[in-house]
Amino acid sequence: MTSAETIRKLVDEFASIPDWEDRYAHIIALGRALPAYPEEYRKDKYKVSGCQSQVWLYAGGKGRGDQDTQGTVDGEANGHKDVVSEVIHFEADSDAAIVKGLIAILMKIYNDRTPQEILGVPPDFIQKLGLDQHLTVNRTNGLASMMKQIHLYAIAYGRIDEERKRARELKSQ
Amino acid sequence: MNTSNVDAGFAPVAVADNALYVSALRNEFPILNQRVHGNVPLVYLDNAATTQRPIPVINATTDYLLHSHSNVHRGGHALAMEATRLFELTRSRIQAFLNAPLPEEIIYTRGTTESVNLVASAWGDDNVKSGDEVIVSEMDHHAVIVPMQMLCQRKGATLRVLPVLDNGTLDLDALPDLINNRTKLIAVNHVSNALGTINDVKSICALARPRGITTLIDGAQAVAHLKVDVQDIDCDFYVFSAHKLYGPTGVGALYGRAEIMSSMSPYQGGGSMIASVSFEGTTYNDLPYRFEAGTQNIEGAVGLGAALEWFGGLDHSAVAKHEQSLLRRATEGLSAIKGLRIIGNAPNKIGIISFVVDGIHASDIGVLCDEQGVALRVGHHCTMPLMKRFGVGSTARASAGVYTTHSEIDALVTSVGKAVRMLS
Repeated sequence: MTSAETIRKLVDEFASIPDWEDRYAHIIALGRALPAYPEEYRKDKYKVSGCQSQVWLYAGGKGRGDQDTQGTVDGEANGHKDVVSEVIHFEADSDAAIVKGLIAILMKIYNDRTPQEILGVPPDFIQKLGLDQHLTVNRTNGLASMMKQIHLYAIAYGRIDEERKRARELKSQ
Repeated sequence: MNTSNVDAGFAPVAVADNALYVSALRNEFPILNQRVHGNVPLVYLDNAATTQRPIPVINATTDYLLHSHSNVHRGGHALAMEATRLFELTRSRIQAFLNAPLPEEIIYTRGTTESVNLVASAWGDDNVKSGDEVIVSEMDHHAVIVPMQMLCQRKGATLRVLPVLDNGTLDLDALPDLINNRTKLIAVNHVSNALGTINDVKSICALARPRGITTLIDGAQAVAHLKVDVQDIDCDFYVFSAHKLYGPTGVGALYGRAEIMSSMSPYQGGGSMIASVSFEGTTYNDLPYRFEAGTQNIEGAVGLGAALEWFGGLDHSAVAKHEQSLLRRATEGLSAIKGLRIIGNAPNKIGIISFVVDGIHASDIGVLCDEQGVALRVGHHCTMPLMKRFGVGSTARASAGVYTTHSEIDALVTSVGKAVRMLS
């Protein structure tokens, strides 16, 4: 499913729940269904700064990730030249139930997608889902920072992918 | 008077003590009579963050802007004289409010934070040296802790901490051992913003005075709840903000004993604070102007003056009695919720109640109460060391104002109960 299809599905899903209690129950349930966050990534460096609750975000994927977990940034030094995945894989978590549910929604939209796809997601899905107050106004919960962080990862990995592609082209000439 | 719209949306409640008095008060706060998130009545319980302003305060500011605005102290024309009169009238009202001996002992600031920073800079730079010690308390707001920490870092001084007991009171028995001949300053809050604890600042000052230790009392949370008398407390500095006293944001005051402040170096340089300026050197103005560089928040001062007048006109014994009954009702109601733990159970508290619920993040409670119209504050309340002391990252906090009703406390208890059920 593309991110656009996912957003349409989520919008329909939330539109079918008019009652605020049920909406929150649904958000909380989505959070509970989020895959367990790998404990080895529960480190300060993966913490997204937020005032009210703690949010962790790890970005990696085959041939991606950082020095700690993948050997090198692009994996090439370890001979993994051709195994870099196209998509970015995220792991995320929060100690607050509602924030975790909102993270689960973000993961449905952004996880395991290419940098281009991530950067191409129109930000108005926030309004369409009726999540404005959580993602934009209330920046203290760290979610706005998390979205920004997802975009920064996409920009950084997008550039690394570009350079790698250019290097391969130069080599094959 | 129409009281039916005051608590619109709630089941009728038994008319408790002072209910009529509070209902009448609420008519002066139109902001409270509204619905949020579509259609739920607002229950504003974030008064420790900021209080709402009654119509007379808003009108005073508007009237000033419509009819009297000018810069103060500088011009000899009619508007300048009227603005100056209003500005200085508020100064004398603050003096009376705190029972300060002299009007020039009242310095206008942007609020509590700037007042503390002024003392840490101006007094601190003159008086704290390498090896000296400054005492703050474990329940102080970051606005007290951080400027004092910065002062100590600048001077090579040591910051020492007066601990908090399990019930949320200061461990005053530990204070004599913390004090030594290097102690220069004790800074402590009068009332804890996170716990509501009323601290025995008079005893602290009584310990400090004979030892020549300077005292700074952070009155941000006290002024709207307690009768403050700086001569009775016998402190050297007392600071507060207007916006926690039904006045405007961006204005507050520093009371400092003239004896200390008359020899203090200036805080900021600029207009008003000088006597004469030449490139060879500048001589400084007298108190209080020496510490009021630049154009002040004049309409803020006018609003503060109106807030003091309005607040002074309340029946404070009725207000205090009502506040304590709200606190009792909230304490009883919230305590009945399974897994809920109140942080701070001091015998003397203002109408602040801070709590956590086992296995549930305070931010989730905040979000779900907000959906039900109940405005709480969730977080560390700018008291991270205190949160650490109680082993929590954050709490949810409800704080009452003079206009808070019993039915609003019931709405609080109901909304927290519902939030906990939804999150369990």
